[in-house]
Amino acid sequence: MALEKITQVSGRGVYVPGDDIDTDRIIPARFMKCVTFDGLGEFAFADARAAAKEAGEVHPLEDPRFSGASILLSGSNFGCGSSREHAPQALYRFGIRVIIAESFAEIFFGNSTTLGMPCAVMSTGNIREVAGLIEANPAAELTLDLFENKLSIADVDFPAALPDHAREALVTGRWDAIADLLEGIGEVRARAALLPYMAC
Amino acid sequence: MSQTLLDKVWDAHAVRTLPNGSTQLLIGTHLIHEVTSPQAFGMLRDLGLKVLYPSRTFATVDHIVPTDEREEPFSDSLADEMIRALRSNCAENNITFFDLPSGRQGIVHIVGPEQGITQPGTTIACGDSHTSTHGAFGAIAFGIGTSQVRDVLATQTMAIRKPKVRRINVDGKLTPGVYAKDVILHIIRQLGVNGGLGLAYEYGGSTFDAFTQEERMTVCNMSIEGGARVGYVNPDETTFAYLKGRNYSPKGEAWAPAVERWRGFASDPHASYDDVVNYNAADIAPTVTWGINPGQAIFIHERVPRPEDVPEKDRSTAEEALAHMHLKPGEPIKGTKVDVAFLGSCTNGRLSDLTEVARFIRGKKVRKGVKAIVVPGSQGVSSLAESMGLAAIFRDAGFEWRGAGCSMCLGMNPDKLVGEQLCASSSNRNFKGRQGSPTGRTVLMSPLMVAAAALTGEVSDAREVFGIK
Repeated sequence: MALEKITQVSGRGVYVPGDDIDTDRIIPARFMKCVTFDGLGEFAFADARAAAKEAGEVHPLEDPRFSGASILLSGSNFGCGSSREHAPQALYRFGIRVIIAESFAEIFFGNSTTLGMPCAVMSTGNIREVAGLIEANPAAELTLDLFENKLSIADVDFPAALPDHAREALVTGRWDAIADLLEGIGEVRARAALLPYMAC
Repeated sequence: MSQTLLDKVWDAHAVRTLPNGSTQLLIGTHLIHEVTSPQAFGMLRDLGLKVLYPSRTFATVDHIVPTDEREEPFSDSLADEMIRALRSNCAENNITFFDLPSGRQGIVHIVGPEQGITQPGTTIACGDSHTSTHGAFGAIAFGIGTSQVRDVLATQTMAIRKPKVRRINVDGKLTPGVYAKDVILHIIRQLGVNGGLGLAYEYGGSTFDAFTQEERMTVCNMSIEGGARVGYVNPDETTFAYLKGRNYSPKGEAWAPAVERWRGFASDPHASYDDVVNYNAADIAPTVTWGINPGQAIFIHERVPRPEDVPEKDRSTAEEALAHMHLKPGEPIKGTKVDVAFLGSCTNGRLSDLTEVARFIRGKKVRKGVKAIVVPGSQGVSSLAESMGLAAIFRDAGFEWRGAGCSMCLGMNPDKLVGEQLCASSSNRNFKGRQGSPTGRTVLMSPLMVAAAALTGEVSDAREVFGIK
């Protein structure tokens, strides 16, 4: 299973402000009544989008200026809460390919990496600055470079980094661990044989 | 060299180091449910893979099951499709399924310990973030995503980095009317909802030594709400006594050596930690949330914070929370009107939770206009509670007595908030929309505080309502 080596991702940006955006916000649980991930994209941030509409506002993901954006910027502790892979799956199926935030919740981060969707960490100040540049020019192309640990927009570079293990997995095309794990089955059986409870 | 429990369990389960530096970690026990497993079985089929250790995978159904009308087919066809998918996936792969007719169905994190499947020194994974609950037994238990459910089904392993360990000591005796739920809400309030990022929380100290297994589970359950994917308590005599005689516990001659093995997994007395924090049990009062994440919590006698009183970095979330909750900054939280009282969930749906509340509500009545429901965490809890007369006490007091499941903790079954209803809830998350209504409001608290709210129709101090001194 040769996977794409994800070294650079380009696209337009969209800023969804807020800290501690939880997975119930990203995909409310009532939309998880399904046996496949197909069709989840339309429910990404469903309640937040509906609430904005009701308040006479436009949610960034509904804003035609940012339509087709694939690089999502947000605040700290993005993806906290549930372990539901439905959350990154919904964003991916919505068209998101990169998430930039001040920090990420651990399970969400791992789930996203496994989908080949890099989650890069950037300082709050820089996120706001990039958000300002996007607001001023929604058509501007952003590029996340995983080798250079930077996000570029209109010839300006901002530091944007992934932890080494995730970066390594993405740039070498090993972001879905299953192939590596299957290679170790012999050793798995040997290890399991040493554990009395595994025999039950 | 002195080691923590995490070090020892990790060493016993590490298969090899993967090319990106992660560990291929053996997962001895895999728990699955209907929401996060069907896609994983689908991926397995697409890849032509089989379940490697079917005997080490256990299934139950909890998130989508109705708690009132439980006959199949369910009126919700999507829910019905999910239970049928789980049933056929388990049958095809020889996986034990604690199905509705089994008498052993319930919330996955209540069923595992109850059946004796959750054991010290083991690794456990489940596609649910509250898997940290099982750490109460000295297991290392991870909430995982669906792709990892696939990985564990196919290889009984997953790729993961070893977390660092923060030791959290709580010492002394809790004052009457203060519970394990208050302890964990207090810890999250102090350390923040992302304070545990990259860490495992090891809970200890004399308060934890004195806790029952069920109290330890309540605390470990909410580790993830503090950002820690893993939380655990070192196994001791309390743990072993809980496990003795349970369905999947070692039996006969196998028992004594198992206990010796389990004992050996506890952290060494001089183990070193990446961080240590200390709390006094006596400083903790009944705690309730006022906001939209579990860290936004105050003692019952405190006032709702004003945005200008919270640190600058938390201010915008505080403003968002106040707007959602319709709470007035600077006003007491006590007295806030309550529409719904929910007693249940993987945090507080165990027998001891029901026993403790029943002790105080006997002969009292739920306030008119409040919808109060009790949802036992498992069929096991339910039948014990029935036979002990607890169910009757709740019914007499005006609570609805329901069948086992996740119920109103999340909006995946018919138990949901409506509109802007405010729920006094013994569950674990107060996120916007969590209880099924996008504008619904959740105030997290201990089971007895939920009962106090049910009786008075407002957020109340259970110590006053029940005369606890």
